[in-house]
Amino acid sequence: MADAMLLNLVLFLPVVGILLLLFVPAKSEGTIRWTTFWVMVVQLVLTTVLYVHYDAAVPGLQFETRLPWIPAWGVYYQIGLDGYNILLVLLTAFLGPLVVAGAFSAITKDVKLFYAMVFLIQFAMLGTFVAQDLFVFYLFWETMLIPMFLIIGIWGGERRIYATIKFFLYTAFGSILMLAAVIYLVYSLQTTTGVTSFAFADLNRMQLPLSVQLVLLSAFGLSFAIKVPIVPFHTWLPDAHVEAPTAGSVILAGVLLKMGTYGFMKLGFPLFPDATRYLAPLIMALAVISIIYGACLALVQNDIKKIIAYSSISHLGYVMLGLISLDLIGIQGAIIQMVSHGLTAAGLFLMVGMIYERCHTRELSAYGGLAKLLPVYSVFFMILTLASIGLPTTSGFTGEFLVLLGAFRSAWPLHVAGDTLPLVFAASAVLGVVLGALYMLRFAQTFLFGAAKAPHAPVVDLNLREKLILAAIVAAVFAIGLYPDEPLRKTELAAKEFQQRVTGVPIPGSAR
Amino acid sequence: MLTLIVLLPLAGFFLNGLLGNRLGKPFVTIVGCGLPLLAFGIAIKSFLDLLTGGGAPIVETAFTWARIGGQSFDIAFWLDRLSGIMVLIVTGVGTLIHIYSTGYMKEDKSYARFFAYLNLFLFFMLLLVLGRSLLVLFVGWEGVGLASYLLIGFWFEEPDNARAGKKAFVTNRVGDAGFLLGMFLLYWATGTLEMDKINAAFMGPTAPLVSASLVGVLLFIGASGKSAQIPLHVWLPDAMAGPTPVSALIHAATMVTAGVYLVARMSGVYMHAEAASQVVAVIGLATAFFAATIAVTQYDIKKVLAYSTISQLGLMFLALGVGAYSVAIFHVYTHAFFKACLFLGAGSVIHALSGEQDVRKMGGLARKIPVTFVTFIVATAAIAGIPPLAGFFSKDEILWFAFASGRGGSPVLWAVASATSLLTSFYMFRLVWLTFFGKSRMDPKVEHHVHESPKSMTGVLAVLAALSAVGGFLSLPHFLEPMLPLPEVPESLHHLETPLLITSIVFAFAGLALAAFFFGNGAVRAARVREQFDGLHRLLSGKYFIDELYERLLGRPLVWLSERVFLRTGDRMLFDGTLHGLAGLARRTAGALSRVQNGNLHLYAYLVIAGMAACLAWSFRHG
Amino acid sequence: MLLLLAMALFALGLIGVIVRRNLLVMLMCMELMLNGVNLSLVTFAQQTSTAAGAVLVFLIFVVAAAEIAIAIPIVLVLVRQRRTLDADAYTELHG
Repeated sequence: MADAMLLNLVLFLPVVGILLLLFVPAKSEGTIRWTTFWVMVVQLVLTTVLYVHYDAAVPGLQFETRLPWIPAWGVYYQIGLDGYNILLVLLTAFLGPLVVAGAFSAITKDVKLFYAMVFLIQFAMLGTFVAQDLFVFYLFWETMLIPMFLIIGIWGGERRIYATIKFFLYTAFGSILMLAAVIYLVYSLQTTTGVTSFAFADLNRMQLPLSVQLVLLSAFGLSFAIKVPIVPFHTWLPDAHVEAPTAGSVILAGVLLKMGTYGFMKLGFPLFPDATRYLAPLIMALAVISIIYGACLALVQNDIKKIIAYSSISHLGYVMLGLISLDLIGIQGAIIQMVSHGLTAAGLFLMVGMIYERCHTRELSAYGGLAKLLPVYSVFFMILTLASIGLPTTSGFTGEFLVLLGAFRSAWPLHVAGDTLPLVFAASAVLGVVLGALYMLRFAQTFLFGAAKAPHAPVVDLNLREKLILAAIVAAVFAIGLYPDEPLRKTELAAKEFQQRVTGVPIPGSAR
Repeated sequence: MLTLIVLLPLAGFFLNGLLGNRLGKPFVTIVGCGLPLLAFGIAIKSFLDLLTGGGAPIVETAFTWARIGGQSFDIAFWLDRLSGIMVLIVTGVGTLIHIYSTGYMKEDKSYARFFAYLNLFLFFMLLLVLGRSLLVLFVGWEGVGLASYLLIGFWFEEPDNARAGKKAFVTNRVGDAGFLLGMFLLYWATGTLEMDKINAAFMGPTAPLVSASLVGVLLFIGASGKSAQIPLHVWLPDAMAGPTPVSALIHAATMVTAGVYLVARMSGVYMHAEAASQVVAVIGLATAFFAATIAVTQYDIKKVLAYSTISQLGLMFLALGVGAYSVAIFHVYTHAFFKACLFLGAGSVIHALSGEQDVRKMGGLARKIPVTFVTFIVATAAIAGIPPLAGFFSKDEILWFAFASGRGGSPVLWAVASATSLLTSFYMFRLVWLTFFGKSRMDPKVEHHVHESPKSMTGVLAVLAALSAVGGFLSLPHFLEPMLPLPEVPESLHHLETPLLITSIVFAFAGLALAAFFFGNGAVRAARVREQFDGLHRLLSGKYFIDELYERLLGRPLVWLSERVFLRTGDRMLFDGTLHGLAGLARRTAGALSRVQNGNLHLYAYLVIAGMAACLAWSFRHG
Repeated sequence: MLLLLAMALFALGLIGVIVRRNLLVMLMCMELMLNGVNLSLVTFAQQTSTAAGAVLVFLIFVVAAAEIAIAIPIVLVLVRQRRTLDADAYTELHG
């Protein structure tokens, strides 16, 4: 019972934070920053307690709260932790203080409003992950839009209005379709079973005909696909990332994009298993296209934020590939890849922000030889770059390796049985590791090596705050790279359940 | 124990990397050389333990990396005869090169960083050779690629150096893609990535459900990336941009032999993969010959040695391809000695000449840097295959099995390999003549400063030269026999062994003689030949223009595809265009519709009447 | 009979509003429409012997009076600016 309260506390702590901020005068920016930071730290500590107490051997929800909210509609306020969301919740809580600390020197106007927005987004993201009722889920999903819109629109770069409107409308469009699907889904539940409920547990028990499943999966899927983003629904991402302030990009890349993949994993695929299996070749194709297309585009960018934005598209392609492989290793790999990408992308965007604060340009060609000018910066940059392209001992390798192994393990028997298409896809995805090295090393090459040049020189190396932020991320990256068994324990039951539900085969887990 | 061997260099990396600059060069020297030396000591002890145990493998499991669905991926180390030899080579030659570096890099301001990277390399290389599963091997495999990248681009202020590092990494990655596919296939077929179990599965009664040849080819793709075989050889010559000790350690003695080690380690698979073995043999041989022809025309002392390395690696793969796995490892062992000696000797020459690497600006150095000269000659004789030096023994075994092996040996293989050996002897002695003999062609300023290298460098050269001389007497194939049996030789061919042996000795000396003939006396005769065969010379010295070919066929199209097709047509025109089109459509529709609101009262009145009439009509119809 | 008259009044008023451009005439025609409606209401009230129609007529009287009391000053103020009574001259409230 106490632990369930703890989860509620973790969820609502950002709201408490906003209330606290209301009492701080807008002029005392230092107080605002530190208040926000410490609230986020408390949230991280509490989340860690929850993580440690999470019992990996127990299936189903833990720390659950289920209270009637709108009984007439069957809406319950139901939240809980399970293997699907535990890592993502921890990731969100982990990045919270880092985002706040990273923005200390970057945001100088309307500081109070900014941190209030950060709290609001944190609340929305956590809520989306822990919600176990479809109504609550949708509510939190929509809540995330407004603060992001404001963050990009007020504190962003030159084309911020264009970027934020594009982001908002594109995502909202998907959400509207999802709303229609949600309503239809609950209506179906009511007509087939007589039970009016939005709870995931109840919805998962429904058996819908394939044609209905296809339509609903398309509706949900479109909304999630826009969020992930999957090619061809990705064009909002580069603009949003480029124009957003550093903290916005970090939140966006670190957590927001995972909401899309989480949606697929928790809702989209398990609720409509037959449709998922039917559309698997298409989804796999889109995943591989995302991997390769994202990598190719990252190769020819000259804006350093765009490079990382396109690399995000590429990395999340791996996640989708892992999920749709429907192989236990692939699914576990996808979950790890989600977390890994969250860490590395957040770290890289933070680093871009740090250099932007010093040199005020995002042009790649304006930089050179930073390894000489900023040695400490370069070390962190190199580590995060290598993690991004999946160097063994980093989390990126764990994610990519397990995803590819899983994809291959499910594709090869199909090839032997006559269906070679999945194998072609899986083999193409392996190409992604080569392309990854190409674009990231091109980036590192121009940025770190060669003749030293940087606008607004002389540039100062990292200060203590920046070093600590990056050290935290790098430590997490190596922890997952060297000992992934720890997080994998916690997600195993959920991964198995996901596989069973979507493949409809109750087996102990291997695809052989 | 095994874990300790692996972790000691890692500790060196952290200590040198974090504290090196602060605690100064003596600290770095002691840590940077001491820890590998200690690792070497422990390796010897472990090796002795292995021998007293009759060769039974020593296994140490460090921890479980991941457990998924009841199958676990463990981090475990495995010492048997094969990995034992490799560990000794890696730590032994590695330590020697570390010691050499204390002299060579003495003046460099990034001394600490250099040793940190060298130690990091050693850590990953040891993971590679001691790993029990393909997973651990792959971690080491990628890791040495990283170390190589960092060390090739060590003097990163020159953009060319960084570019060479990137080329190495990316080319390796292409190989890694093949390696990964092979690994996945093996995992699917045998349910494990542990190499001993995989070999057992393939050697066992029921063959696994996957084509051994397919796996063999895929793993070989990975091996060719790491060991610079065609078509993934292009990174090695460029890698000479790194400091010479790096070239010696990574690109001669250890990292590039990882591919050879991989194939030998997976011999269980290759013994059942006839097609794959043929591919390995043919590509190895082609690479060997191809690289040798290029080496004849190169003027940079390190580039000659680089192509020589590619060529020698090709010969190792030839041996692997005909089933003589232990012979290939034997050549790895001897090659480590003489190639390291040659590279370090080249380093000594470069050091003596204040940075000059072009042999056209050398000459007459024999008397000026005698220790370097003597060690270089010994190593050259070894690589040329002059008995009784080490290279003679290992190369000869390769040639014999290329001819006579029951698993694919043929006279054609032998002939091309022998031609390669002739070329090897020729270009190596050419190098010796141009560098050390004849009249000096040095720049007077450089000539003034010529001096022998410090003891840290010459001492190592002496040790390596001695090993190149006597190392061959230790018959590794015999030692590895229990693990890697030699292929069967048909009875009918046994009598040809001695004639072939004599032929190869003749070729070795012939190479020496030809080199002396063409390149003695101020290389006049060579110049005349070059003029006569200008086209051929340009083809060879231009490395067959393979780099340019890759740029044309792969580099530029990729960038074109990414920029034109994906970015402009795809992203901007198609995806964003659709979005902007939709937005524009919305805007135009809104604009059109808003024209109803034109402020004209009469229009509004009309519309009200019309609407009312429509409603009345509708309600009357549906009354 | 009376209904026909009421309909005629209403129709005349309607046509007048649509066709005429003079603001004051449009207002007068609107009054005509209202009165036509009044007449029809009274007729119906008398025919069905209920009082509801008559009460509504009173309401309409008041509303019409109030409306005219506002409309005519508005027109006067506008005309003072533009010096024309043409309805087409006043089209600022467009989208």
